[in-house]
Amino acid sequence: MAVQSRISKSAGWRLFLKTVIARAYPRVVAQQREKSWMFFDILLPLLAVSAYVFVYRAIGAPQEFIGFVVIGGAMTAFWMNILWSMSSQLYWEKEMGNLALYIIAPNSMMAILLGMALGGMLATALRALAITILGSWFFQVSYQVASFPLLFSVFLLAMIALYGMGMMAASLFLLLGREAWHLSHLAQEPVYLVSGFYFPIRSFNFWVAAAASIIPLTLGLDAMRQLVFPSGAALGFLTVNVEIAILVLLGGIFLLAARYLLAHMEKLAIQEGRLTESRR
Amino acid sequence: MDFAIRTDNLGRVYKLRGAKKTEARQLVALQDVSIEIRPGELFGLLGPNGAGKTTLIKILTTLLSPTTGRAWVAGYDVSQEPEKIRPRINMVSGGESSGYGLLTVRENLWMFSQFYGLPSKEANRRIKELLEVVGMSDRLNTKSSDLSTGLRQKMNIVRGFLTDPDVLFLDEPTVGLDVGAARDVRRFIRRWVDEDPSRTLLLTTHYMVEADELCDRAAIINQGKVLACDTPANLKHTLQRDAIFRLEVSPMNGLGMDVFETMPGVKQVVHHAKDGGSLLEFILEEEPVLGSVVTALTSENIRILNLQKREPTLEDVFVDLVGRSMEEVERGSAKQDQ
Repeated sequence: MAVQSRISKSAGWRLFLKTVIARAYPRVVAQQREKSWMFFDILLPLLAVSAYVFVYRAIGAPQEFIGFVVIGGAMTAFWMNILWSMSSQLYWEKEMGNLALYIIAPNSMMAILLGMALGGMLATALRALAITILGSWFFQVSYQVASFPLLFSVFLLAMIALYGMGMMAASLFLLLGREAWHLSHLAQEPVYLVSGFYFPIRSFNFWVAAAASIIPLTLGLDAMRQLVFPSGAALGFLTVNVEIAILVLLGGIFLLAARYLLAHMEKLAIQEGRLTESRR
Repeated sequence: MDFAIRTDNLGRVYKLRGAKKTEARQLVALQDVSIEIRPGELFGLLGPNGAGKTTLIKILTTLLSPTTGRAWVAGYDVSQEPEKIRPRINMVSGGESSGYGLLTVRENLWMFSQFYGLPSKEANRRIKELLEVVGMSDRLNTKSSDLSTGLRQKMNIVRGFLTDPDVLFLDEPTVGLDVGAARDVRRFIRRWVDEDPSRTLLLTTHYMVEADELCDRAAIINQGKVLACDTPANLKHTLQRDAIFRLEVSPMNGLGMDVFETMPGVKQVVHHAKDGGSLLEFILEEEPVLGSVVTALTSENIRILNLQKREPTLEDVFVDLVGRSMEEVERGSAKQDQ
């Protein structure tokens, strides 16, 4: 090999962007290579959706409830992604030896987390879309969208807040170590219940629904249902505008908290030498 | 920049958690380490597992803060200016399983190159070039989960070189590699340093032969302390006046090593079990002392099957400095861990 001339490398925002794209890549491209995702990420959630659909049909619930369940079923994919591929991800990165390499690289750890989030969001959107299409087709769900721009905005804000929460949880779970695994298990089913994945959140009393609103999917889902079903507004928890305002606030808080916790995690890792060390 | 790496009385203490909170213990991993490595040097850190080599690398790569002392890499303080050091360094650890199994070799390497801001086109060109050098050009599109341990390690090594660092840290790079692959890697490492005088490489190893073959200078480290630091030739020269013998003998019949350890003129003796018999390695102050050794053995009806006088190796230097072979030190630490 001939003597290499030194390579000019990007820095600043270009490096940030390159890092985001590179870290998103494994999720967007590689995750589709294992075809089992079609079974685990689409068929299994569709079975849960079906169970609720048949219950609602048996008790003669309004037709909109079937649509609520399909939309809820699609959105569970994002929650699963947050729990298992965001919150516990830095812990796995540590175990694999990637975390140390991320820290010593000149990039920002925030770019790594953002890349994980973006990649996870895009890969999961594919799964959510498949569940929505298949569920709507199987159960003859019809939609009447009040405003596409508003629907897109709500979805986007819910995703920003939700993945901001995931980024925050990633650092938090890493600090907790192995207990993170149990926390993910612990957070799965209760959130399905209180976030109203399969029924309108309004069924709870106000304070339970308000407490559940800390999970951005709760309000995101509620607002989306209000925007795609004619009777959605009547079954909504708060008005769409209020829910949008809260989602903006949650997104800001979670992203700032993620940044703070990430810096704290990195500081602890360097001081104590434990967070990048899977053996000690 | 006078030194690519410099440490000044560097120390690191780990707080270990006991079974109960009140049982907190401390582990001194590094103690008063002062070394200076010039640009263009291939420097080796030699020592058994647990000697403090990885801790030193972690401090120098800004992954760990020192408890005492200071360190500079590429002219910057590791504690104060890590952001200036990081674009200039890279690290590869032996046996690491970094990257993602579902990505191909090319994709994994490209991903890591992007974290350093390499232009994609340039990264892909270098990936092809470096994979060819390590004999992996046919594995460009193989999923990394399908690679053998040796090939995976070669991929990791390429990852380290890919970003064209000023200072590269290799932590036991040939662990787990077969003889041929280890030889290829060593050859590549040496060539990389020789190509450009501004490149510096710090290598940790517990293979003395590797250090002897590769390093311009080496430091012998044990229990967190640097015991000696010089060129391999000079380190071995310290034993030049000694006589080093290797004796293969029949079973020892209960004869303990203390007989030799207390014998006048015997500097060190190391015992290894071998094929039902024993292998004894002696460092003697002068050749005639061998007579007493042979007498002690034959008086116990121990037969000498083979006797060799040999040139000193870095392993002998280690034995001379520590009093035990590297293998014995590692066995001792493993017992302590249990």
